[in-house]
Amino acid sequence: MFLINCPWCGERDEEEFAYGGEAHIVRPKDPDALNDEEWADYLFMRKNTKGNYLERWNHAHGCRRWFNMQRNTATHEFGAVYKIGEKPPK
Amino acid sequence: MKSKYSIFSLVRNAMGYHQGWEQAWRSPEPKPEYDVIIIGGGGHGLATAYYLAKEHGITNVAVIEKGWIGGGNTGRNTTIIRSNYLWDESARLYDMSLKLYEGLSQDLNFNIMLSQRGVLNLAHNLHDLREISRRVNAIRLNGIDSEMLSTADVQAMVPILDCSKNARYPILGASLQKRGGVARHDGVAWGYARAADARGIDIIQKCEVTGIMRDGDTVTGVETSRGTIKAKKVAIVTAGHTSHVAAMAGLRLPIESFPLQAMVSEPIKPILDCVVMSGAVHAYISQSDRGEMVMGAGIDHFISYTQKSTLAVVEQQMAAVTKLIPILSRLRLMRQWAGIVDTCPDASPIVSKTPVEGLYVNGGWGTGGFKGTPGSGWVFAHTIAQDRPHALNAPFALERFTTGALIDEHGAAAVAH
Ligand SMILES: Cc1cc2nc3c(=O)[nH]c(=O)nc-3n(C[C@H](O)[C@H](O)[C@H](O)COP(=O)(O)OP(=O)(O)OC[C@H]3O[C@@H](n4cnc5c(N)ncnc54)[C@H](O)[C@@H]3O)c2cc1C
Ligand SMILES: [Zn+2]
Repeated sequence: MFLINCPWCGERDEEEFAYGGEAHIVRPKDPDALNDEEWADYLFMRKNTKGNYLERWNHAHGCRRWFNMQRNTATHEFGAVYKIGEKPPK
Repeated sequence: MKSKYSIFSLVRNAMGYHQGWEQAWRSPEPKPEYDVIIIGGGGHGLATAYYLAKEHGITNVAVIEKGWIGGGNTGRNTTIIRSNYLWDESARLYDMSLKLYEGLSQDLNFNIMLSQRGVLNLAHNLHDLREISRRVNAIRLNGIDSEMLSTADVQAMVPILDCSKNARYPILGASLQKRGGVARHDGVAWGYARAADARGIDIIQKCEVTGIMRDGDTVTGVETSRGTIKAKKVAIVTAGHTSHVAAMAGLRLPIESFPLQAMVSEPIKPILDCVVMSGAVHAYISQSDRGEMVMGAGIDHFISYTQKSTLAVVEQQMAAVTKLIPILSRLRLMRQWAGIVDTCPDASPIVSKTPVEGLYVNGGWGTGGFKGTPGSGWVFAHTIAQDRPHALNAPFALERFTTGALIDEHGAAAVAH
């Protein structure tokens, strides 16, 4: 069971959170300019990294706010927690 | 030639105190070059190798497995086999697979212990009931056996289910596929391995692929923990690591990898002679020949490669199961485990050529690829041998994510097996 560190509420049980998948996928600025490959890439292709991964989480059964978090998908080690819109820490 | 497994070989070997059995497959050193290298020695990879030899006469083939064959999802799944999928494309592929399963023990001369004991899908509310009836009709239109059962039918078939009016999950009916059932998962891997080996295919275990070599847009071989091996064609069949291995060739896939868990109870006397599934509460139950209750759960909702069981899922799973079948509430769990399932956005697999010449990918079978093992191997072997997909797997090509022709099987596959 994970203890996840919500930037607003502090450490809470995994069960309170919803998962939002890969972070920093930018919505196309000019959707009409995209071809089918670019749309497919935006909609469906994911890094799915084995190792350090930047992801979005939502404290769904708490403050209901979104945030970003770094997590190692091979070891379940947690890294930096940072807010939506912020750049990942180096 | 391998000696044939039969009642006579059993008797003969019994006289020799079972010391005389020959090895089921060799463990050869890798050759410097093959016509085809298959990365991943799960059921799908081994079946692909077998059908390459049997159907296409291609035997200069190596199956390269980082651990031991069947040690991935093939040896971790709850072994449910069925073909009651909604869409035509899936129905054709999965039913072809089920038909191959029906003759597989004979074909491989290896008892895979297929038991067509029937698979029930429960309806717990009016919406479930309508959805299930729609499916049953769609499935029958595709010529696949499927029928609706009333609550009374379900109760008669599975007396231990709580079908009472005030149950936590009332049972309003169910669909039944009688040809569905279970098989011995290790047996499938071992049977294909033995039969592929008999046709000259090298099965190389404890050898991890660490890189895929290319010359421009053409594949030329693989780097492994036991050195470089050249190949004209390379096939990726690494469930749980499909996108990880594909990235070695610079490919980006529409796949995410999640843990899927299962667990077994202590063994008890026979109390359940079919498979019971409930998509709504994520519970799948059958009883193994050893008497254990085999129970599958839902996926963890975050990406992970750890193959670790998590308490949250076990707890949800047990809460659901003990409401459906109250007499299980005092059983102890003996083991719980997880496998990593690669899932596509439309919950359908990818069995496809890739933009790299000579490189093929078979993955994204998600939570339900054990039932697809023979069919997957058969169509993938065709795709590799002919360098073009068979009509059965053409709809499952990578291009569908660009064209938008997705095969949405969330209802049949996302949580169910
Ligand atoms: C808990 C659980 C329950 C399930 N229940 C069902 C069910 O009831 N019915 C059903 O139909 N399906 C079920 N499934 C899904 C099913 O198990 C899989 O879809 C199927 O077994 C995949 O087979 P495979 O041969 O592709 O993969 P695997 O058996 O996982 O084989 C892939 C192999 O690739 C190897 N590999 C990975 N990376 C490398 C590398 N770099 N180099 C060399 N080798 C590598 C791995 O070691 C592994 O052995 C379940 C899965 C799980 C986890
Ligand atoms: Zn919070």
